[in-house]
Amino acid sequence: MSHNETRRYVGFLRLLLTSNEAKLGLAIVLVFLATSLLVAAAGKSILPYNPIQQNVGPVLASPSLQHLFGTDNLGRDVFSRIVFATPNALFVSVIVIGSAFMVGIFLGCVAGFWSGILDEILMRSTDIIFAVPALILAMSIAVILGPGLINMMYALMIIWWPPYARLARGEALRVSQRNFVEVAKTSGIKTFTILRRHIIPNILTPLLAYATLDIGTVVVVYAGLSYLGLSVQPPTPDWGAMVSSYQDYLVSAPWLPLFPAAIIAAVVIGFSLLGNGLRDAIESHNIS
Amino acid sequence: MTENVLTVENLSIDYESNRGPVHALESVSIGIQPRSLTAIVGESGCGKTSLGLGVIGLLPMPPVKNINGKVWYKRVNLLDLDKEEIRRYRGTEIAMIFQEPITSLNPVYRVGQQIEEAIAIRDSRNNHKNTDANGRRSEIVASLNRVRIADAENVANRYPFELSGGMRQRIMIAMALAQKPSLLIADEPTTALDVTTQAQVLKLMRNLMNEVNTSILLITHDLAVASQVADKVAVMYGGEIVEEAEVNELFSAPFHPYTQGLLACIPTGSKAKARLKPIQGNVLDLKQKVNYCKFAPRCPHVMDKCWASKPNLRTIKGEHRAACYLHEKQ
Repeated sequence: MSHNETRRYVGFLRLLLTSNEAKLGLAIVLVFLATSLLVAAAGKSILPYNPIQQNVGPVLASPSLQHLFGTDNLGRDVFSRIVFATPNALFVSVIVIGSAFMVGIFLGCVAGFWSGILDEILMRSTDIIFAVPALILAMSIAVILGPGLINMMYALMIIWWPPYARLARGEALRVSQRNFVEVAKTSGIKTFTILRRHIIPNILTPLLAYATLDIGTVVVVYAGLSYLGLSVQPPTPDWGAMVSSYQDYLVSAPWLPLFPAAIIAAVVIGFSLLGNGLRDAIESHNIS
Repeated sequence: MTENVLTVENLSIDYESNRGPVHALESVSIGIQPRSLTAIVGESGCGKTSLGLGVIGLLPMPPVKNINGKVWYKRVNLLDLDKEEIRRYRGTEIAMIFQEPITSLNPVYRVGQQIEEAIAIRDSRNNHKNTDANGRRSEIVASLNRVRIADAENVANRYPFELSGGMRQRIMIAMALAQKPSLLIADEPTTALDVTTQAQVLKLMRNLMNEVNTSILLITHDLAVASQVADKVAVMYGGEIVEEAEVNELFSAPFHPYTQGLLACIPTGSKAKARLKPIQGNVLDLKQKVNYCKFAPRCPHVMDKCWASKPNLRTIKGEHRAACYLHEKQ
């Protein structure tokens, strides 16, 4: 990395971190990522209590120093359970967004660069998927495939790509009308190489900003499906499932459903703030 | 007479539009000699760019409906080739540069990387693999030096947005010439540049033509530009060539009233006090095929005969040809 390039990255980072919202978002996202990776690498051993073991403390204890988020109806430590479930959310969002991103770029570029009949077919199929409410479609697919983390991920992957394809198509359409694409054609570069070298690098930025914003949405939808019991099966903890199984204690032990719900909200807000900040930074970076 | 690098024979191009077909080019013929600079001059919408893109097979179909005629490049009719075959002629045989140097470079790559891509294409077509990084680097620097860029080492590491318009157009020329084409089509290469830069770039193109042994087809709307660098000038009007001649001949004895009109529009120092004379009337609507002289509605010397039939290109003197009936009057 040359000095020049380093300067550009530092400049961009400074631009991103001018807003306090983006700073907060970045902080939340970093904590989330660090926790997920740590738990995924070290497993249960780094948690204060075994998240699955019952009666590690009194039943329905309120939050204290021994049990930060209290204990549940079976005497399990809620904090350990929430932390243990963190990698699930990360895993699902990364895989779903990653696949949507790649499928979207591929289909979007094909549609935007060649246009014509292929474009029509692709865009009308995204319309069809858009027409059905996402959650209901994901639920139906998840029910057909059967409950479980992996199956639910498939369901989400099937419904998640259309906005990416549309965004990529619009951008590819815009970029392919730029002069340097015409120049590439006149210098005899193969169409596939033009796509790979000249179109895709120029459409990545808006897609990346959108994807960051979108991770929050995946986390919410994932939590929703998990709440409905379509994801990880008990006793393995999961944020959505915890909200659902603890909601009976909303009056007697309100911290039980509130802590997992608050964590879901925090992660979603974190990614939204970071995504917004990225978008703004990219826009003003492009202007300057 | 040596063999032409490019010979266009009776090239006609029709576009499809909502209001019927548009005849962008009608039976255009032109020959380009090796190591010569031929300029095609004409106003907006006269088919200059269609001619350039038509030669290398990059006209989008649709909206282009028909391309007829022959485009001979070294004894190969380019119009007979399929997409993959003609792609192999682009760049290494016929290269092209465009009007907008600002947007003609990809913003995400350094200048050096973009030149390297052009060199890589040439090498892969010659089955020549240059794996030596230093060798490639020095070739990039050499191609930048060739277009008179000072501090080429440094410029190769810059991104396009860090460079001026004139610099970028030089880099475009460097990229095009790095592929060692026999013909360079330059579509309004200096229109977006200011006048001093324009003169430098034109002079550079003229010098490079001999240095790298190529021919240039310069497409421009500006007769003044053509007069500075061209060997031969062809004037287009309404999708047809109305006059062609060696450059001095054309400027000293313009024959076609349209060429005379264009020349009257160039401001000159000696006549600075006089008002410029615009050509009356509007640019032609290319939708109808007409059987009279297309310039007749705007021509100051129009005769009955001009409305009765269409004049063909005829020899005025030596290589000087014009499509005008005034010839018969003299």
